[in-house]
Amino acid sequence: MQNRLINWFKFSSPATFYPLARRLAPIFWAIAIVLVAIGLYMSFFVAPVDYKQGDGYRIIFIHVPASWMSMFIYLVMAGWSAIGLIFNTRLSFMMSQALAPTGALFAFISLWTGSFWGKPMWGTWWVWDARITSELILLFLYLGYMALVAAIDDRRRADRAGAILLLVGVVNIPIIYFSVKWWNTLHQGATIKMNGQTSMDETMLLTMLIMALGFWAYSIAAAMVRVQSIILEREAGSTWAQELIGERA
Amino acid sequence: MLETLAWIVRRDVTIALRRRTDVFTTLIFFVIVISLFPLGVGPDLDTLRLIAPGVVWVGALLASMLALEQLFLADHRDGTLEQILLAPQPLPLLVIGKVVAHWLITGLPLVVMAPVLGLQYDLSAEALEVMVWSLLLGTPTLSLLGAIAAALTLGLRAGGVLVALLVLPLYIPVLIFGAGAVEATTSGLGGSAHLSLLGAMLLLALLGTPLATAAALRVSSG
Repeated sequence: MQNRLINWFKFSSPATFYPLARRLAPIFWAIAIVLVAIGLYMSFFVAPVDYKQGDGYRIIFIHVPASWMSMFIYLVMAGWSAIGLIFNTRLSFMMSQALAPTGALFAFISLWTGSFWGKPMWGTWWVWDARITSELILLFLYLGYMALVAAIDDRRRADRAGAILLLVGVVNIPIIYFSVKWWNTLHQGATIKMNGQTSMDETMLLTMLIMALGFWAYSIAAAMVRVQSIILEREAGSTWAQELIGERA
Repeated sequence: MLETLAWIVRRDVTIALRRRTDVFTTLIFFVIVISLFPLGVGPDLDTLRLIAPGVVWVGALLASMLALEQLFLADHRDGTLEQILLAPQPLPLLVIGKVVAHWLITGLPLVVMAPVLGLQYDLSAEALEVMVWSLLLGTPTLSLLGAIAAALTLGLRAGGVLVALLVLPLYIPVLIFGAGAVEATTSGLGGSAHLSLLGAMLLLALLGTPLATAAALRVSSG
């Protein structure tokens, strides 16, 4: 048992994690490219035409996985922050910061594709629908986190301040989500809903899952690349980083 | 416990009353923002009655945000904050005291002023009453949530703008139910459900945010 614990924590040091991140990044890039390629092929040529929305619905294969990932990444970041605050591990904060731009990107893609989808289907670029509104707020939370971390020069303080903000945000997300939802139903604004109860075709669901896994792999790959830069930037003064830079030069 | 709380509230209120401009800036900002809307939207009373709850609440939100930077700044500059951090009394309690004082100085005047501004928008007496209650329950929550952001951005260069970015998304639930309470009253549905939710949020914020603010203060002062 003791042995396993030691192995588990081995990669919690930036110096040991850096080579691992370097090795993992290309693997996840490959997985991401293959899965997204399959997913895109299926979404354009294999998945059947929707009986109501025609070909326009195909944007769902980007839109829904992007929304999932944007929410999931925020949770993962908050998880890393909690671990960082509890165990005092520097790498956890670096992981949070490496994930943030990817999460913000997915939130933006989700809004952007949603807007493109809304125009032909609902006849408008923007609807104050509960889900759209909460996705927008999620994007604001990402931007706030990144702005806060960027504004603090002292690394240690930036790590911890960002972590506290993420944890406060994570507690708030359900409250925000439900208040937006109730606000929306009280206003009786947009009664237009997506196809309602129509169950989804199996090929469509499969395609969406493949795309989601592809996005997942992309997120890991992007985070691995970004975390390498963050590690090198911060550990530039340490011996192992100097040796590594020396080797490459 | 209560003694400490009373002490820090009294201290902060006394200091603030000796520098009255700070208190009045927030209030005047609130009044001006709300008076600007009819000029932008037009003097039609039907429209104004419709937008009044939202306008008053957004005004309160912005005014409360504007005041946040002052919450810990003076104490941070003259070193009092470090003494507060070192004090044997629990830090979350001291934080609550500071937030209460801050709310008394910047939040309470807004609540008192709001009905007068509501009259400009031709709100009924009933709606005005609910508006006062919603602000009374909602603005302390804003101060409590804002304290976290104020503590996180303490002493940073872009502090003011950053506070807005951090805190406005967190304010959304309060805005929704605060403005919703008034709107529900004017439309005849009754705002008691909204007021209950605002009260619930206040209790939740009172429990949770002082801990987060205390942690943030410790991080910010190293």
